[in-house]
Amino acid sequence: MTDLLFYVFAAITLISALLMVVSPNAVNGAVCMIVSFVTTAALFVLLEAYFLAVIQVLVYAGAVMVLFLFIIMLLDVDKDTSQLLKDKMTLGASIVGFSLLVILICAAFAGGQHLPETALLPVAENPTGEGIGIPFTTSAKSYGYSLFTKYMLPFQVTGFLLLSAMIGVIVVSKKHSTDS
Amino acid sequence: MTVGLNAFILLAGLLFAIGMLGVILRKNTLVIYMSLELMLNAVIIALVAFSRYNGTMDGNLFVFFIITVAAAEVALGLAIIVALFRLRQTVMVDQLTSLSR
Repeated sequence: MTDLLFYVFAAITLISALLMVVSPNAVNGAVCMIVSFVTTAALFVLLEAYFLAVIQVLVYAGAVMVLFLFIIMLLDVDKDTSQLLKDKMTLGASIVGFSLLVILICAAFAGGQHLPETALLPVAENPTGEGIGIPFTTSAKSYGYSLFTKYMLPFQVTGFLLLSAMIGVIVVSKKHSTDS
Repeated sequence: MTVGLNAFILLAGLLFAIGMLGVILRKNTLVIYMSLELMLNAVIIALVAFSRYNGTMDGNLFVFFIITVAAAEVALGLAIIVALFRLRQTVMVDQLTSLSR
């Protein structure tokens, strides 16, 4: 049953991503992107990363794509849909490159010489972990425990990065006079 | 679930290829930027799958940081695109070929 769910969600993710790339209207592309992000969250649920699935829907499908839709509608860039793509040479070259990349990926991961298959390990019961590594758990408590023990420095650096990004956005979007 | 690790990695690779196609094919800067987000999304699928099949929490924590950085990056990138549009009145990359004003 979950195998069937994986194939359904993977197909929806790939198809909506492809629709986003080829859709002439940027707003339609953004909506296809939201569908792709939500099905990615469903794949996270299948991988038992429930916290990340919630974060994916909240941050990506919620905040980021709403920001994208807002900017697309603010700039109103769909005035001329006459020349949608680049010239013919770029079109042909990108399609050939895409096909070669897809063949490479399929040969690497779907052929005979793929990575060794490992079975799903049992989900650990102890959310705080023991020993050297932090075992895979489904609870959000293990995220908090890891953030404040093993990943304390990256956590602080990420907070500082968010602060600097906020200041950067204010500086970039501030309208200053051109002659100064 | 009997779906193996290779299926997830194959999905992530195909998603990354689609994102790359969008980056090199489209002219609209906003669509190019959405394709960049798609490539980032493909990478986090691969990280979560590796984390689940390896039995450790580190990949999931890494995805947590990637999502945070991606949110900051989107805010800053869209601010830059809006500033560019204010300056040039276009966001099509074929009309943004000059470095000078």
